[in-house]
Amino acid sequence: MVDLLLDLALSLAAGAALLAVYRLLMGPGAASRAVAMDVLSLIIMPMMAGYALYSGRMIYLDVALVYGILSFLGVTSLARYADKGV
Amino acid sequence: MDIVTLFNLEDLLICAVILVAALGAVLHRNLLAAVVFAGVVSLAVSYLFLRLSAPDVAMTEAAIGAGITTVIFLIAVRRTEEVEREEP
Amino acid sequence: MGAQQIIGAAVTLLGTAFLFLGALGIVRMPDLYNRMQAGTKATTLGNLLTLLGLGILQPAWLVKLALIALFVLVTNPISSHALARAAYRSGVPLADVTVRDEYPEALQEHGEA
Repeated sequence: MVDLLLDLALSLAAGAALLAVYRLLMGPGAASRAVAMDVLSLIIMPMMAGYALYSGRMIYLDVALVYGILSFLGVTSLARYADKGV
Repeated sequence: MDIVTLFNLEDLLICAVILVAALGAVLHRNLLAAVVFAGVVSLAVSYLFLRLSAPDVAMTEAAIGAGITTVIFLIAVRRTEEVEREEP
Repeated sequence: MGAQQIIGAAVTLLGTAFLFLGALGIVRMPDLYNRMQAGTKATTLGNLLTLLGLGILQPAWLVKLALIALFVLVTNPISSHALARAAYRSGVPLADVTVRDEYPEALQEHGEA
């Protein structure tokens, strides 16, 4: 039961990531692609945490934390650039 | 040895995403979009490193790829033109 | 053991369902601002619910998962707000079905233009 639910959850997350990649490839202009990257990083972080639970090593959560911090930095600097230059 | 036994399906999907995003980063004319593609490449590579049980490499890749190179690329793009010229 | 695991897995599944719906909104919506609305809000909720479900499944990790969730909750609205503002200022067009755009009037009221 639990394994079935978690497998379904992983499939949904992977499907969400593929939809975001579709928008990343097709999206008109750089701004849509930046939104797709933002959403993709928000999808990848729970996948990293889920993989940490699957493998049972707590250090994998740190990767998700570091990734969250730095993707925020990247997206915000991209927005600052498009607004008025870095 | 079959490749599916080496990597399972999800790893192959991540590899496909890396390949597609890297091709987009190389081929795209708009340099801001190329910067976004490069960020996605580092995201997928970081998750692949995590799945290959190398958390320290994944952490470094996330720090360097998603944070530092995006800012450095943006500073570099600001000093040139935003859209690449056609070949003469 | 049993009931707690099932509840945690169900909450995780709910969170990933929200992630999927947010990504579907990214694909289906007509212009950038609608996409950002669908994408960032639904995806933030899905992210938080998924982390909560994983925390229910493994209660020893709840503190670190709560740290990640708090960070997402603080930073993601900031980045999406900055992105929307930059997109509007650099002239990304609205969709054809847009009824009303109040941003220029608000700028005039506050004397910024």
